[in-house]
Amino acid sequence: MELVNKWPAGLVEMPLRYCPGCGHGIVHRIVGECLEELGIRERTVGVAPVGCSVFADDYFNCDMIQGPHGRGPAIATGIKRSKPECIVFSYQGDGDLASIGMAETIHSAARSENITVIFINNAIYGMTGGQMAPTTLIGQKASTCPRGRDPKVNGYPIRICELLQSLEGASYLERTSVHTAANAIKTKKAVKRAFQNQIECKGFSLVEVLSMCPTGWEATPLNSVKYIADKMMPLYPLGVYRSPEQREQKEGGAA
Amino acid sequence: MYQGIRMSGFGGQGVISAGILLAQAGLLEGKNVSWFPAYGAEMRGGTANCSVVVADDEVSSPIVSRPDTAVVLNEPSLAKFEPMLKPGGLLIVNSSLVNTKPKRTDIRVALVPCNAIAQELGTIKIANMVALGALAGLTGAVSIEAIAKALPKVFKRAKPEILELNVKALKKGAEAKAE
Amino acid sequence: MGEKILMKGNEALAEGAIRAGCRFFSGYPITPQNEVPEYMSWRLPDEGGTFIQAESEVAAINMIYGAASTGMRCMTSSSSPGISLKQEGISYCAGADLPFFYANVVRGGPGLGNIAASQGDYHQSVRGGGHGDYRVLVLAPNSVDEMANFPKKCYELAFRYRMPSMILADGILGQMMEPVEFKFEPVDPKSFKEAGWELGLAAGRRKRIVRSYDLREGELEKINAARLKKYREIEEKEVLFEAKQCDDAELVVVAYGTSSRIAAAAVKMARDKGLKVGLFRPITLWPFPKKQLAKLAEKSRKFLVVEMSMGQFVDDVRLAVCGRIEVDLYARPAGIPSGEETFAAVEKSYKSMTPARAAAPAKTAKPKGKPGRPRKKPAKKAGRPAKKTRKGGRR
Ligand SMILES: Cc1ncc(C[n+]2csc(CCOP(=O)(O)OP(=O)(O)O)c2C)c(N)n1
Ligand code: SF4
Repeated sequence: MELVNKWPAGLVEMPLRYCPGCGHGIVHRIVGECLEELGIRERTVGVAPVGCSVFADDYFNCDMIQGPHGRGPAIATGIKRSKPECIVFSYQGDGDLASIGMAETIHSAARSENITVIFINNAIYGMTGGQMAPTTLIGQKASTCPRGRDPKVNGYPIRICELLQSLEGASYLERTSVHTAANAIKTKKAVKRAFQNQIECKGFSLVEVLSMCPTGWEATPLNSVKYIADKMMPLYPLGVYRSPEQREQKEGGAA
Repeated sequence: MYQGIRMSGFGGQGVISAGILLAQAGLLEGKNVSWFPAYGAEMRGGTANCSVVVADDEVSSPIVSRPDTAVVLNEPSLAKFEPMLKPGGLLIVNSSLVNTKPKRTDIRVALVPCNAIAQELGTIKIANMVALGALAGLTGAVSIEAIAKALPKVFKRAKPEILELNVKALKKGAEAKAE
Repeated sequence: MGEKILMKGNEALAEGAIRAGCRFFSGYPITPQNEVPEYMSWRLPDEGGTFIQAESEVAAINMIYGAASTGMRCMTSSSSPGISLKQEGISYCAGADLPFFYANVVRGGPGLGNIAASQGDYHQSVRGGGHGDYRVLVLAPNSVDEMANFPKKCYELAFRYRMPSMILADGILGQMMEPVEFKFEPVDPKSFKEAGWELGLAAGRRKRIVRSYDLREGELEKINAARLKKYREIEEKEVLFEAKQCDDAELVVVAYGTSSRIAAAAVKMARDKGLKVGLFRPITLWPFPKKQLAKLAEKSRKFLVVEMSMGQFVDDVRLAVCGRIEVDLYARPAGIPSGEETFAAVEKSYKSMTPARAAAPAKTAKPKGKPGRPRKKPAKKAGRPAKKTRKGGRR
């Protein structure tokens, strides 16, 4: 599923410690390639989350900071406003971004903070051992909903792109996936665009990537790929939810 | 008697459940016991291990840093636990998977082809039981009967024939000799 | 009294709380306490209770603030970083005099730290933890059996004194399995009577308010003074501790929780070698067994504190003895000492006691006075503090 064989300059040459079949590694590679291809590696500061990708601070070959659970966009805000010449991105999982960090997510979008957020939606808490995430599907089993997610008890999954779509501040929102090579290529386009927007000072950009977690799902890597296609994509449709063009049009129309 | 035991192998080889079984058996024999796993990100590397203490006195630290006995089911575990053993301690090695020979001369070593014995009995899934049987036989920390009694308590949903197979593996393991 | 069953610390804690009447749990995943919410998620609904995985620790503790205000026996648990986030809510509960129970399964810190056992949250636990002037009842188990049986005690104290109570555990106590015997019959929540402050159905009574503020001039001080009186009473009545082989001990090792078990092994090794060493373990960390330690300081010659932190717990020990006795420290910040290492610290501390009396009892010991120089003061003085100093102590 790898796109190219060369080690991208945006990634440190070291083995990634993710489980076999995990989506994090693919997205890391994509981000690393974008940093290289856009020529921004040396002025980029990344924010690593709390989650399996806490180790992203080792992996990305740019300045990195690791912060408290869910606070990535706030930390990124502080960095961006202090050093606007830097490109700042926050890399987060669904527990980090859509649960404990929901306030930071919404408010950084509302402020149209000129940052890039890479959001890995694997519908589970990987790091802590498979607990329910805000994006866990109805009926999906997790260690804190062992009988399957029941809306009466656990509520409903949150769709981040759809939720942020209602905010004027959100400039670019797209949902992609990495379960096939073709989708990974689309993800790379989206990630590149999300960085490009920041370079052009267009405000808050977020790419939500549907990603496999074979360990948390207790599935084989192959079945995990199938799970995304069959179960996740119907609930989380891929596509562009907001683009800077749309936003400009809207603002133009209102004025 | 105070037996501090370390059991280690690949995730999926069943060292964690074998450890629980050992502790449960000790409890059934009225001993003081503890079980402690390596947990969290420590396990992402693919090896699992646990500490078990079976003792007549109180259990002090549940983390066994100087084991009396170590059971190693794979190659990386040997490198990690051989140096930690107490002088005079017992090293049980799954010789089906571990090719390296232990280096220390101040310990007792039992080379047990756990996978091969398990395969002969029907499935390599019970290689952990062969190793546990060897441990029981060589240390006397618990009896095979106690482990057999502990089996249905730990594997609550296992079918009787599976439990029986486990007991066979235990008994086969108990025939192991140490040098 | 039931039979002994093998249980994991975190699960024993959860089961113990349910048997003690807990019917509401809200929490957020964090290692090494995940088994608590995981256990609650299937077990509580079976008992007609509520389990909620909150969106954050901040939300979880405020759900507790709400549940506790109705008089519900509720619980939350977390590990260090999560407990930090809960401190605001804990302060509100303390300020509103609400009883509830929580557990901190401590891991290494500061910051994200690691997920191994540590005792680095000692100060945060026994000094209140959040903002403002308050205390929390703190019990420190050192076995899975105590993890199972202490929640009941915590609820009793919390409801008797209307304040938060907590269990201060660590990653080892949470993750290990040991035999457990529940030493009480399950409590039926229906048997609880209202005390008269609980919010809820108000027909036929005056309205009630739960709040943690009073802006009227001088009023907050009155409230806090009443709370102080309550705290004094607790310090008088509710201290729990364990003392082993302290009667003839020259050196007393002082430790709590996991480190007290490791210390116990070291004490045994010391006794086997003929060293007169005892072990003192506070079970309640607040209220702290000040008086008991002060008394012991009169009998023994030196204390050695063993803790898995930089030297937090030692502060309370030193305050308790007020300089009447030398207090050594064996600190392992984010480290877990082995019995052997702890024994080495015990031996070192023992041998560095002023030679006169230390040499005498230990016949096997080699010429102990060998450096021949009393390190600090002449033997006579160090032996026992003069009466005067003792009286000049506290209160
Ligand atoms: C304040 C705080 N609460 C909880 C945790 C424990 N914790 C670590 S990672 C994590 C969730 C990870 O899930 P997600 O964000 O979905 O990322 P994934 O591991 O699935 O990539 C949690 C709850 C923590 N470290 N800090
Ligand atoms: S637990 Fe899931 S998200 Fe974490 S590394 Fe493994 S597969 Fe990836």
